Amino acid sequence: MSHDDHHVVGPARHHAGAHDHEGSALSEMDLRVRALESLLTEKGYVDPAALDILIETYEHKVGPHNGARVVARAWSDPAYRQWLLDDATSAIASLGYTGRQGEHMVALENTPAVHNMVVCTLCSCYPWPVLGLPPVWYKSAPYRSRAVIDPRGVLKEFGFELPPDVEVRVWDSTAEVRYLVLPMRPPGTDGMSERALAELVTRDSMIGTGLPKTPDDRKQDAI
Amino acid sequence: MNGAQDLGGMQAFGPVQPEADEPPFHVNWERRVHALTLAMGATGKWNIDMSRAARESLPPAQYLSSSYYEIWFEGLRKLLLATGLATAEEIETGVSMTAAAPIPRVLMADQVSASLLRGNPVDRPAPGEARFAIGDVVQTRQLHPLTHTRLPRYCRGKRGQIVALHGAHVCPDTNATGQGEQPQWLYTVRFGAAELWGENTTASSVCVDCWERYLEIPNAPAA
Repeated sequence: MSHDDHHVVGPARHHAGAHDHEGSALSEMDLRVRALESLLTEKGYVDPAALDILIETYEHKVGPHNGARVVARAWSDPAYRQWLLDDATSAIASLGYTGRQGEHMVALENTPAVHNMVVCTLCSCYPWPVLGLPPVWYKSAPYRSRAVIDPRGVLKEFGFELPPDVEVRVWDSTAEVRYLVLPMRPPGTDGMSERALAELVTRDSMIGTGLPKTPDDRKQDAI
Repeated sequence: MNGAQDLGGMQAFGPVQPEADEPPFHVNWERRVHALTLAMGATGKWNIDMSRAARESLPPAQYLSSSYYEIWFEGLRKLLLATGLATAEEIETGVSMTAAAPIPRVLMADQVSASLLRGNPVDRPAPGEARFAIGDVVQTRQLHPLTHTRLPRYCRGKRGQIVALHGAHVCPDTNATGQGEQPQWLYTVRFGAAELWGENTTASSVCVDCWERYLEIPNAPAA
């Protein structure tokens, strides 16, 4: 049915990284979407310039660097951390991140005793203003199906294991509340600036499927 | 609707396959479908719950064998047909053959940024006192509507504890079917993983956002 099998919602039949359509002949979906855009423009329902701005926004402006700033601020400033936990929508808005798919924010703090992990089993709900658009795996069946029943198995596929005594708390985003995980500050980061801390915050650590980098990881990245 | 979107607890989809350095979009038409969906949503001809309902109504085999943006395309197509904004032939050919239908508004380029930053908050004045309080033990109802709902199958008829109140939010079940927003108290309910899955789980608990209409006072224990 689809030439885009590698990104199907259901079981992936190809490796997720194998995308090769850019530059090749126009696919059936390219043609269908072009026809639709042309029609909606001709009818005056959409402003093509508005579409370009929407794309620019989600491709280049909004992304996990926003959430990383929130986390780094919370790690650095105890009053901000408390505000984030009490009223995440306002605390995040104070850094300029508001609006679409982030109207009602809740921050979930990881501790040595509790690990939080976020999923949307029903679709792809995700906090756009702080994390950008969700990755394919977040929208796909393997994650959406198993996050709620076997989160430790899922975390192994992301390459890490939690100690057995840690409580794994999964949050299913069924309403318009959007969840941001506040990961634990990594060891060896005393005295680091907020900007440097933000470099350690990964997207996955804010979903709960990964951990922040450590300063040693960062040094490895630089090599 | 008990459709293919309701994936929580299924087990046969294989491992999660994260993609390193994944771009926001993999092929150009995905950018355009994302932007078209947002721009058409802004016309006011339908709401987000109707959009989700349209995607969920795809036959399960089609849903699972489509990529996420293919599902968005099909959902948009269904909404255009259902609202009379376009005919199937027009969508196929990309050529307008009928007069444009009136729409409440068009999202213009100079409005995009403010529109995204404003978002679409769904909190509303509460219709009355909240029926439940933090700490209350509640039971989800056994609901299997043929129309849109946000109560996943895996947590129907299950006991949990209220852990948060979010005020009154637009009710997706009514909003999706044109019966209006009918705001209801929204709660976060924490379910012990054993309540949902028995022994076959690695989760400790799963938190789900539930509207008041999904909840009832637990049945008395069987004698």
